[in-house]
Amino acid sequence: MLSFIALVARDARLATRAGGGAFLALAFFGAATTLVPLGIGADPRLLGKVAAGIIWVCAALAALLSLDRLFQADFEDGSLELIVMGPLSVEAITLAKILAHWLTTGLPLTLLAALVALLFDLPVRGYGALAGGLAIGTPAISAIGAVCASLTLSIRRGGLILPLLVMPLLAPVIIFGSGLVGATLDGLHNGALPLLAAFSFAAVLLSPFAAAAGLRINLGS
Amino acid sequence: MFEFANPKRFMDVSRPLVPWIGGIAAICLAVGCYFALFVVPPERLQGDTVRIMYVHVPAAWVSMMTYGLMALASLFALVNRHPLADIAAREAAPLGAVFTALALITGSIWGKPTWGTYWVWDARLTSFLLLLFLYLGYIALWNAIDDEIRAARAAAVLALVGAVNLPIIVFSVEWWNTLHQGESIMRRGGPSIAQIFLWPLFIMAAGYTLLFLTLWVLRIRTAIMTRAVRMRMSAGFAP
Repeated sequence: MLSFIALVARDARLATRAGGGAFLALAFFGAATTLVPLGIGADPRLLGKVAAGIIWVCAALAALLSLDRLFQADFEDGSLELIVMGPLSVEAITLAKILAHWLTTGLPLTLLAALVALLFDLPVRGYGALAGGLAIGTPAISAIGAVCASLTLSIRRGGLILPLLVMPLLAPVIIFGSGLVGATLDGLHNGALPLLAAFSFAAVLLSPFAAAAGLRINLGS
Repeated sequence: MFEFANPKRFMDVSRPLVPWIGGIAAICLAVGCYFALFVVPPERLQGDTVRIMYVHVPAAWVSMMTYGLMALASLFALVNRHPLADIAAREAAPLGAVFTALALITGSIWGKPTWGTYWVWDARLTSFLLLLFLYLGYIALWNAIDDEIRAARAAAVLALVGAVNLPIIVFSVEWWNTLHQGESIMRRGGPSIAQIFLWPLFIMAAGYTLLFLTLWVLRIRTAIMTRAVRMRMSAGFAP
């Protein structure tokens, strides 16, 4: 347990300090959402209507941006092999890395999303659904992303192929996440919350096994 | 099943089979096309556009079946570590992608006169677009990894992850679509299909399935032969 926490803390520190992708993902999120009104026009009613969808899509893209660093940097300098030789099972290592990735991208994105929603004129009663949905749904993005990142580990330009693998698999998160906000704004109970939570839970539970299989393939053990 | 996993045995068994499956596929497609184009009457509401169904629906069926076969081959490859299963999964993917694209293209050609637009974000159309991206991602992963054994295992894991996710994706897209049902142009509950429309469809489906099997076996044979040639070249024998 202690080595699990140590690994999470190490990865979180690496991501937030110089050269880490955490800040860049947030900046990307801010910049990408800024481009949207420039593209579709500044009508507040229109922006309020599309806010949840735009924020969800941009958050997913921002999380994707830092995914190829999840295992890649450790793989290249050899520290991944040392970590695998340590006391933790490969499944626990991938779970720790997913957790660290979420702490450094999913969680800050959730907080920043509230600010962006303000800029997009999202009606106030949608805030809870947006922030809660992001808090519940972004772990699934980190988890599914980790599976695909582990599979593309040995590819030199893995960052290019990674989004193609991840994006179709993220469809349920985007649908349930933005659906939750839409339903809340319309005053409906359409069951998006349990579906989002179930999907996220299953993704976080199952992904470490698939990602561990991916790591074993690429580490050649 | 297991004795065919030997590449040598597979080559021996499949060699005389290919012309037969291919021949029956050609007959089914020819008969099906004849009935679809000349025998089936124009439908009451859709007119002659109903004939597009005969090239569209079987393509959609085969593209879904192909993903299932690909996932099964991948599971077999991961569990039994057999190279033939790897090749079978790899060679199924481009065929699946082509049949998915075919289903999407014929569907939108049918959609223009029927719905008045080439594309609607209908649940089925959206799921099929996502299926196409799953195929493309799988093919891209195979091509991107140089080491063949590594590529095979990684692609197999991806195929299985996709297979687990595919029902969830389809469910979520259907859920999403019912949320936006007011915007859908899809007309539900039209006249149920009459017998005369139905059985040429089954002939076409059989033709498509056999065509897929023919192409699949041919692609696997080609891949095995290519590998044999490459191994001999690298061993120093002049071809």
